[in-house]
Amino acid sequence: MTAAAGALDLAPTEGSAIGRWASDGWTVTKRNLIKIRRSPDMLAFAVLQPIMFVLLFSQVYGGSIQVQGTDYTQYLMAGIFAQTVVFGSTFSGSAMAQDLKEGIIDRFRTLPMSPSAVLVGRTNSDLVLNTISVTIMMATGLLVGWRVNTSFASFLAGVGLLLLFSYAFSWVMALLGMSVRSPEAINNASFIILFPITFISNAFVQSSTLPEPLRIFAEWNPVSALVQAVRQLFGNLGSAPVPDTWPMQHAIATVLIGSAALLLVFVPLAVRKFEAVSSR
Amino acid sequence: MSFPPNNSSPLNPVSEGRRDPLIQARGLTKVYKSKSGPVYALNGLDIAVPQGTVKALLGPNGAGKTTAVKVLTTLIKPDAGTAVIDRFDVLQRPKDVRRIIGVSGQYSAVDENLTGIENLRMVGRLYHLPAPAARRRAAELIEQFDLADAGNRPVKGYSGGMRRRLDLAGALVNEPRVLFLDEPTTGLDPRSRLALWDVIKSLVAAGTTLLLTTQYLEEADQLADSVAVIDGGKVIAEGTSDQLKAMIGGHRVAVALVEGFDAGVARDVLARYGSGEVQTASDGRSLEVAVTEGPSALQHVLADLAAAGIELHDAGIRRPTLDDVFLKLTGHMAEAGQEKADAGSAQ
Repeated sequence: MTAAAGALDLAPTEGSAIGRWASDGWTVTKRNLIKIRRSPDMLAFAVLQPIMFVLLFSQVYGGSIQVQGTDYTQYLMAGIFAQTVVFGSTFSGSAMAQDLKEGIIDRFRTLPMSPSAVLVGRTNSDLVLNTISVTIMMATGLLVGWRVNTSFASFLAGVGLLLLFSYAFSWVMALLGMSVRSPEAINNASFIILFPITFISNAFVQSSTLPEPLRIFAEWNPVSALVQAVRQLFGNLGSAPVPDTWPMQHAIATVLIGSAALLLVFVPLAVRKFEAVSSR
Repeated sequence: MSFPPNNSSPLNPVSEGRRDPLIQARGLTKVYKSKSGPVYALNGLDIAVPQGTVKALLGPNGAGKTTAVKVLTTLIKPDAGTAVIDRFDVLQRPKDVRRIIGVSGQYSAVDENLTGIENLRMVGRLYHLPAPAARRRAAELIEQFDLADAGNRPVKGYSGGMRRRLDLAGALVNEPRVLFLDEPTTGLDPRSRLALWDVIKSLVAAGTTLLLTTQYLEEADQLADSVAVIDGGKVIAEGTSDQLKAMIGGHRVAVALVEGFDAGVARDVLARYGSGEVQTASDGRSLEVAVTEGPSALQHVLADLAAAGIELHDAGIRRPTLDDVFLKLTGHMAEAGQEKADAGSAQ
């Protein structure tokens, strides 16, 4: 189909639709990873912030917050992990807004590529970034005395839940990024929304210690379910009674169902948005 | 080349033989809501670009140029009208359209953090070229666009002209049959502009069909076979740049005198053969008048000036510039409305 026959054969590769989709997704993922590697500030943020959080929370609050049946460092870690990956997934939003602003989304949209590939690439590379963050936090956690008290399989399942939830959440943020269109606004909005949902939870304190309205919120909060599930899988739960709400009683199921629901709703919405969005 | 003056507007499209247009748009309409009511970014735009030709969409900011390109390149859907690129309807077969077009926008759509070569390889891969072909094509384009020295550096450090060239190279990865360039030289310094014109001219010489938008009249004049002047989201005049110039009335006879004190006599001579008022430039020695019949008027003027013993630096027939055309057609200057985004002006 090429006009002038150049020195090169520019015929597209043969291949199935699935193969092309995977190839497009990988191409965009690679682009984002190169970008991360070349932005030292971004990488430093992804590496240093988790270290700082682990050290600050465990050392500052470690002596003053009591948890039944375990010490605060053990209890805290799942909360820090969850908070960090949830914040990490907001990057999908600001990056989509940035790409839209810079016009590169227009370039992608005029290419015969799979329309979901840009979003797949975006959420994939944020998954990689979150995996790096989690790894660093765990290493730091081990240094300050945190231990996994269950099996290796259980440990992997816990890490899997953290990444699954953050991956699902990054699709929500990607849609938000394309709708709001301003990287700065996305960052501000995510702080205003994410601080409350991560702090009004069981991430840093037992929800039973919270005043009544906040306690109810915390015990239905999906972030609490994530933290609860991860604590359970890592064996960091202590002996405090589990709050009597369905999400807290069935934390692992809640995270699985919640993540699946987010993906089912927001993947199609985000792809549809992408197919209509254009700079300016 | 001379065209009879034509006072009716718009002109008929240039006749291009029997080939079907490669780009064909009919009645494109795009409406945006605004607080003060609907704004027509496109208001029944018709365009036809025959294979192997260059069409310029000429108009000020807000005339609908970028919106037109976005509709034709599948980026946005029109509210009404149809657009077909080489048999493929942009609404029905967007993916087929994307396979055969190349687009370079007003704002360079390149990734700052990738190197020039990485940018082009990525685009190649997204056209589903096999990896080795994408690599070779990237190397070829980097060379062709004079970016070889910078090819392995992140785009962050590129100048505006280099970014534009890279962006244009990105639009050519698949050797597109149809190329869209949205204000390709806006914001470039004159030297980079001339360089980019050369690149575009060589592409066109190789047979690429090109739709170009510009607010530079000179650019349309330099690059396009046919110019569509657009304003308020529709074509208000169309033709070759010569036809457009002819449209606002014949020629102008211009003379430059050696001595300023001859101006009085020269003015009388020009007035005798001119059809309008004689204009004298601020230097007092350059005079100009509109005439109905260019060459014969010039002959008469020269003969009379010679008889009066007046020495000339220069003399000739000048056609009106496209600036004159725009002012005549729209009643406002082409450069008006700079601050407005290209979302459609309400005029």
